[in-house]
Amino acid sequence: MASISMGQGLLVAGLLFAIGLIGVLARRNIIFILLSLEVMANAAGMAFVVAGYRWGQADGQIIFLLILTMAAAEVSVGLALALQLYRRFKTLDVDAASRMRG
Amino acid sequence: MNEVFYISATVALVSTLAAITGVNAIHSLLYLIVSFLAIALVFFTLGAPVIAALEVIIYAGTIMVLFVFVIMILNLGRESVEQEKRWLSPGTLIGPVLLAVVLLAEIIYLLVRNTSTLSGTGAIQPSELGSALFGPYLLGVELASMVLLAGLVGAYHLGQRARPDETDDERKGPPE
Repeated sequence: MASISMGQGLLVAGLLFAIGLIGVLARRNIIFILLSLEVMANAAGMAFVVAGYRWGQADGQIIFLLILTMAAAEVSVGLALALQLYRRFKTLDVDAASRMRG
Repeated sequence: MNEVFYISATVALVSTLAAITGVNAIHSLLYLIVSFLAIALVFFTLGAPVIAALEVIIYAGTIMVLFVFVIMILNLGRESVEQEKRWLSPGTLIGPVLLAVVLLAEIIYLLVRNTSTLSGTGAIQPSELGSALFGPYLLGVELASMVLLAGLVGAYHLGQRARPDETDDERKGPPE
């Protein structure tokens, strides 16, 4: 096992989170937005694993398991929504779904 | 072992950057798979071998495969690459990059102020994880199964297409 300071581990997690955030804000294609959301969720999980490593406890990894589960459910629903968007608007541009009905 | 952490963290960051700024969806997905594999290696160096395996199996092996399936279902073709090039100009990136860099600077400042150096005390074994999951975190496991059920039902319902003889409006049924 490596001897990494918690600051360095959290720095990697923070950088990944920032990159995912840039992707969510800057892209218009819904597939890329969902991809960036996955990157952000993974980065948050990495922060938990780093914390668990620092204290030598299993709790950080348990929470990463729960985050993994949530990310899987979120991805399946998000991709189903992307399919619906494409069927309805014939484009993957999220700006196409900018108005509410009714 | 420290070098493994640094190198795989760098690979993860570079490939995630390449994935986010790509214009071809499949290429971005493949870069992201590389990123997840590198992150799994990072987890391994942090004493989490079980989580490293789960990251590869579930994140890279299931979630990314779902993305690949959906992109192949959509079957977008070459004009989608041109469309992405039009949508993602360098000017689009300036705002988000500035904001994210500000947030990152804050995080780095906090970390530099409060670093605690601690060498790890051994990798967490699967038996430890199992005991914790069946012990204090039993409720979390049950809640996770409920989340998965909700995701399953939601994805099934949202993924349905209307039958050929009815429109999407009719599929919702008569108004109450």
